[in-house]
Amino acid sequence: MSATIRLTAGALALAGLTALTACAAEAPAPGAAPKPGKVTVNASDTECKVAVSEVAAGTSTFAITNGGSKVTEFYVYAPGDRVLAEVENIVPGLTRELIAELPAGTYETACKPGMVGKGIRNPLKVTGEHKPLTADAKLAEATRSYQRYVKSQSDTLLVKTQEFVDAVKAGDIGKAKELFSVSRTYWERIEPVAEIFGDLDPAIDAREADLADGEEWTGFHKIEKDLWITKDVSKDGPVADKLIADVKTIVTKANAAELTPLNLANGAKELLDEVATGKITGEEDTWSHTDLWDFDANLQGSKAAVQALRPVLEERAPDLVKTLDEKFAAAETELGEHRKGDGWRLHDELSKAELKRLSDVINALAEPISEIAPIVAR
Amino acid sequence: MNERLSRRKVFGLGAAGVAAAGAGAIASRSLLQEPAAAHATTADPFPFYGEHQAGIVTPAQDRLHFVAFDVVTDKRAELVDLLQEWTAAAARLTQGQEAGALGAAGGSPEAAPDDTGEALGLPASGLTLTIGFGPSLFDRRFGLAARRPAALADLPKFPGEQLVPEISGGDLCVQACAHDPQVAVHAIRNLTRIGFGKVSVRWSQLGFGRTSSTSRAQVTPRNLMGFKDGTNNMKLEDAALLRDQLWARAEDGTGWMAGGSYLVTRKIRMIVETWDRTSLREQEEIFGRSKGEGAPVGRKNEFDPVDLAAMKPDAHVRLAHPSSHGGAHLLRRGYNYVDGSDGLGRLDAGLFFIAYQRDPRKQFVPVQMGLAKADRLNEYIKHVSSGVFACPPGVRDAGDYWGRALFG
Repeated sequence: MSATIRLTAGALALAGLTALTACAAEAPAPGAAPKPGKVTVNASDTECKVAVSEVAAGTSTFAITNGGSKVTEFYVYAPGDRVLAEVENIVPGLTRELIAELPAGTYETACKPGMVGKGIRNPLKVTGEHKPLTADAKLAEATRSYQRYVKSQSDTLLVKTQEFVDAVKAGDIGKAKELFSVSRTYWERIEPVAEIFGDLDPAIDAREADLADGEEWTGFHKIEKDLWITKDVSKDGPVADKLIADVKTIVTKANAAELTPLNLANGAKELLDEVATGKITGEEDTWSHTDLWDFDANLQGSKAAVQALRPVLEERAPDLVKTLDEKFAAAETELGEHRKGDGWRLHDELSKAELKRLSDVINALAEPISEIAPIVAR
Repeated sequence: MNERLSRRKVFGLGAAGVAAAGAGAIASRSLLQEPAAAHATTADPFPFYGEHQAGIVTPAQDRLHFVAFDVVTDKRAELVDLLQEWTAAAARLTQGQEAGALGAAGGSPEAAPDDTGEALGLPASGLTLTIGFGPSLFDRRFGLAARRPAALADLPKFPGEQLVPEISGGDLCVQACAHDPQVAVHAIRNLTRIGFGKVSVRWSQLGFGRTSSTSRAQVTPRNLMGFKDGTNNMKLEDAALLRDQLWARAEDGTGWMAGGSYLVTRKIRMIVETWDRTSLREQEEIFGRSKGEGAPVGRKNEFDPVDLAAMKPDAHVRLAHPSSHGGAHLLRRGYNYVDGSDGLGRLDAGLFFIAYQRDPRKQFVPVQMGLAKADRLNEYIKHVSSGVFACPPGVRDAGDYWGRALFG
C-alpha cells in the first residue's frame, strides 16, 4: 500500500510516544492478563484478533503480538481511512504497544501482515462524552457561510422567477422558455434547503409523473409542459401566481431556518442523488430536455455546501478534501464537454455513452461526499 | 473477536463439526485452503486464500452473478488501491462476513453503511469471487502492454456469432458463484460500490442454475435444452489433467500468471421455442447423447465411453470432444440464464458459458471454431456476448492481493 499518511499535530505527538513505548516494550509473559486499559491484539498472517470491539473515549493502549511469520503493522483508522494511530515493523514473535487518544466515534483497526494491502479490519467503537457540534467554532462558521450562499441564491431566485412568471402571464412563450432554465438554476442550487419545508417543494417542482390521480398539478413543470408541448399558456395565470407566491414563502422560510452542519453535508449528497436519479435519466425536464442546466446547478450547489465545510474537513480529513477536489474537477470537466453557447446541449442530444460517462463521474463524486456527514458529526 | 463481524454468527452455526469450536477456530480453518471435502453443507464457506483462486475447480455452486468492468481512472496507483480494497472485501465476503468491518448496521448513524445489508443473516453459501483481467487492460493506460500474456489473445471471429459490443469484453471481470443468489448479488453490488470512480460496470449477467459439474461428487445438471451438460468435463479430481490443461505455468511465458488460468465467457442465446418442437430423435442426434440418461449414442449409461464414429458427423458431442482437437479439454462451469422475455413472446434464455483453461489458443478457439462451422445445434443458438480474461493465481494471505504479481 502506498498510503500517504498525514498526521495532525496531536497524532504526531502520539507517534513519538509510540516509538518510545515500542522500544521499551517487552513481550508479556505468556498467558498474563492484560493490564487495565490495555487492548490485546493477536496478529498472524491471516488473522487479527482484537480483544474488544468497544473502548471508552480517551487514551487506549493496544498491545499487538505478532504470532505470524511476516512482519506486520497495526493501524487505527477514522472513517475515510484516515490514519489516527499506527505502529509499524512488528516482527514475528514480538509484542509492540500503540497508545492512541480516541474521541467517541466509530473506527476501524487493521493488521497488515507483510505490510501491504488494506489489512484485516475490525470495527472499533469508542463511546463517551463529546461536545455538541455547534460548539465548534469552525462548524458554526461553516453553517453561517452556507446560509449566506442560500441568501444570495434565493434573492436571485425571486427576481428570475418573477421575470419568468411575468413572461408566462404576458403570453411571451419565447421569453418564458429562456427564463425557465435560468430561474430553475437558482432553485436547483438550494433545493435541499427547500425540501426541509415538506409540502412546498412538490407545489413548486412536482413532475406530472409524481402526481396521484386527482391531485392538482402546479409549479414549474406544469408551465414547462404548456410552453413546450401544448404551446398555450393562456390559462396558466393562476399557476404562475401560485408559483411566485410559493417561491416567496419558501425563500422566507429558508433564510429564517437554522441549518446544522449535517444539513450541509446531507444536502451536498442529496443534490448529487438528484443528478443521478433525475437529470442523467432526463426525467427532470421531460418536455424541455434542459436537464443539463439543472445538472450544473445541482453540482454547483453541492460544491457550495462542501466548500462551506472545507475548513472543518481540512482539519479532520485532509485526504478526503483532496479526493473531493479531484472528483469535483472530473465531474465539471465531463459536464463541460456539453457546453453550448451560454447554456448546455439538450438531454436528448446526448448519446448513451455520453450519459454513462456523466453517470460514472457522479458516482465517483457522490461516494466520497457520503463520507462527509459522519466526519462532520464527530 | 467481535460478534457482529460474522454474518454466519447471526445466522447460527449451521455447519456440522465447527459449531463447538468457536469463532476463532472457524476463521483459521476456513481462511486457509483445505480440501473441498471439508465443505459439508451448501451454507459453508470455501477458503479464500490459496495457491489458485477459488471458483475454478471449486464444485460448481448453483448461482452466478458475473460482472465485467471498464477501468475509468487512468491512474495506476488508484487501480492497485482498488485491487487491494477488493481483495480485503472478498476475503470477508467469502467467509460470510460483511463487506466492511463496521457492517450494515454497526457504523456511525450519520454515515452510509459500509455494507449494503441484504445478506445479513445469510450464511457464506459457498460464495467464491474470482477475478480476471481482460485484453483491453493491457493497453497503454497502466503501462501493462509488455506484460500481456500471449495466451490472452483476442478471440478470432467465429462464423455465425452475433456479438453485441456493449455486453462483451471488459478490462476486468469478477465471477461470483454461490448457492444463494442473494449472496452472489450482494457480493457484486458491494464490490461495484467500492469501485465507483475507479471502475464502471460494463455489463453483468445473472445465472440461476449451474450447467456443469466440476467434481465427481456432483450430479450432472441439465441445460435449458433439457440435456445433461458437462458429463465429460474436466473435474477437481483429475489432478494430472488439471496440471496439464487448466493451470498456467511460468514456462508458458508469463511469470505472473503461474498458477492462474484463462477464462472464456460466451453468452449463448437459445431459441428454445423452435427447439421444443423438434422431435426427440432429432434432438438426441444433434447432441449425440440420449435425453433421459445422457448416454452417448449406442451406449447405455451416462459415463460409458463415447463412440464418436457412431454419432452423426455434425453431432455436438462429437465436434466438441477432446479427441477431435488433439486432446484439448476445457473446465466448463456455465450457468443457465433467463433474462425475462424478448418482447416477441419468446423466452430470452440460454447458457452463459464459462470455461477455464491453460491456453485458449490451443483449447477454446479450435473447439469453438469446429463447432461454429459445423454444429447442428447452431440452428437453435446464437452467441451474443464474448469475453476472454486472464485470471491470476490465488491470494496467499492477507498481505497479498488480486494481481499483485502483475502490478508489484
